[in-house]
Amino acid sequence: MLPTPDTSHVPYERVYEPAEDSYLLLDTLSSETEKTFLHEAFPDAAPLVVEVGTGSGVVISFVHAHAKTIFGSSQVLTAGVDMNAFACRATVATAAKAQLDNPDSYGMYLGSCMGDLTAPWRDGAIDVLIFNPPYVPTPEMPARPEAFTADDLADAAKPSFDDDSYLLALSYAGGRDGMETTDRLVESLPRILSRRGCAYLLLCAQNKPDEVRRRIEGFGPEWRTLMARSSGKQAGWEKLQVVRIWRDFAAVE
Amino acid sequence: MKILSINFLSCAIKACKSSSDSFPLHAKDAELVQDEIELNPDMIINVLPRLDWAALRTTSSELGFPQLPEQPPTPFELKADETLLKDLHHLLLETQISEGKLVCGNCGHEYAIKEGIANFLLPSHLV
Ligand SMILES: C[S@@+](CC[C@H](N)C(=O)[O-])C[C@H]1O[C@@H](n2cnc3c(N)ncnc32)[C@H](O)[C@@H]1O
Repeated sequence: MLPTPDTSHVPYERVYEPAEDSYLLLDTLSSETEKTFLHEAFPDAAPLVVEVGTGSGVVISFVHAHAKTIFGSSQVLTAGVDMNAFACRATVATAAKAQLDNPDSYGMYLGSCMGDLTAPWRDGAIDVLIFNPPYVPTPEMPARPEAFTADDLADAAKPSFDDDSYLLALSYAGGRDGMETTDRLVESLPRILSRRGCAYLLLCAQNKPDEVRRRIEGFGPEWRTLMARSSGKQAGWEKLQVVRIWRDFAAVE
Repeated sequence: MKILSINFLSCAIKACKSSSDSFPLHAKDAELVQDEIELNPDMIINVLPRLDWAALRTTSSELGFPQLPEQPPTPFELKADETLLKDLHHLLLETQISEGKLVCGNCGHEYAIKEGIANFLLPSHLV
């Protein structure tokens, strides 16, 4: 197993702490099957890997630090986005540490920005999209506190308790079926992925993963999905799973 | 954020995505910082086919970097041209924007950059 990035500097009272879901993504991306897939999908021009909702940055920093092992080449560009300013700041620090700790295998980390899902990216720009979404079913989506100041990095030295509760709710609360945010991400895939692009999406059982996969495959005959890895069954259900999404143009030509 | 990012970003407003004026975003009042990174010609050569060259020329001149050639070099030309390799390495990989703004040429919206982190969250009336 490749070393996990150090996130000991991350303020967990307002940024999601790496958990079982985060580690399942690390296992997926460093598995033999996915390494083989990624080596073959991106043999030349440097791929752009974007993680949506980076939290602590543990996942994108893992990809950055181990680019050479995962992609077979250190010519890999990485970037992150999160709605939470502290998550963005934490990710920049996590990526820098992970790079120092892995001097022989890191790629090129471009930076992190604040934003809603893939909105900041140009159409067709993303080669590998990674998303560990807020996936827990909740009666409603988190509401932003009236006096929220924590999205202005300069003024956000001391977010209020309400701000912190909101930021943590953002990291897990998924609304109906836990899918309200993930649904929007899925809809953006045809627009945002490059022709050779793929996505790794984490889902839990309540998200109805089979339905999600069927919907993606309904985008067109070239769309493919595969359960790349799961956390094992509980009461007959895969509790958490990572779905790989990609297109196979050769098969439909 | 590295300058190379600007080649992949656009205005976050949906209605702007289809306008060619929303890309590239224009850097304004930018404060730059330089990291020293060892030159890796393979990195530049592998990034080259991913670049929108015209957009890169715009960004480069807006930030006051030396004028880039009108046409992108072929990988072969680039390998033989150490000055251009070094210029691109410096511009794309060694330079970061720490403070400033990115402005959409279509709607005029300004995205602030603070501590190297650009904020693409939109005020609620624009979502
Ligand atoms: C479950 S956490 C995952 C964190 C980290 N990637 C990991 O695996 O440990 C979900 C993250 O998504 C972010 N997030 C939630 N909604 C978002 C949105 N609409 N756009 C961008 N990020 C979002 C949250 O702030 C949080 O950091």
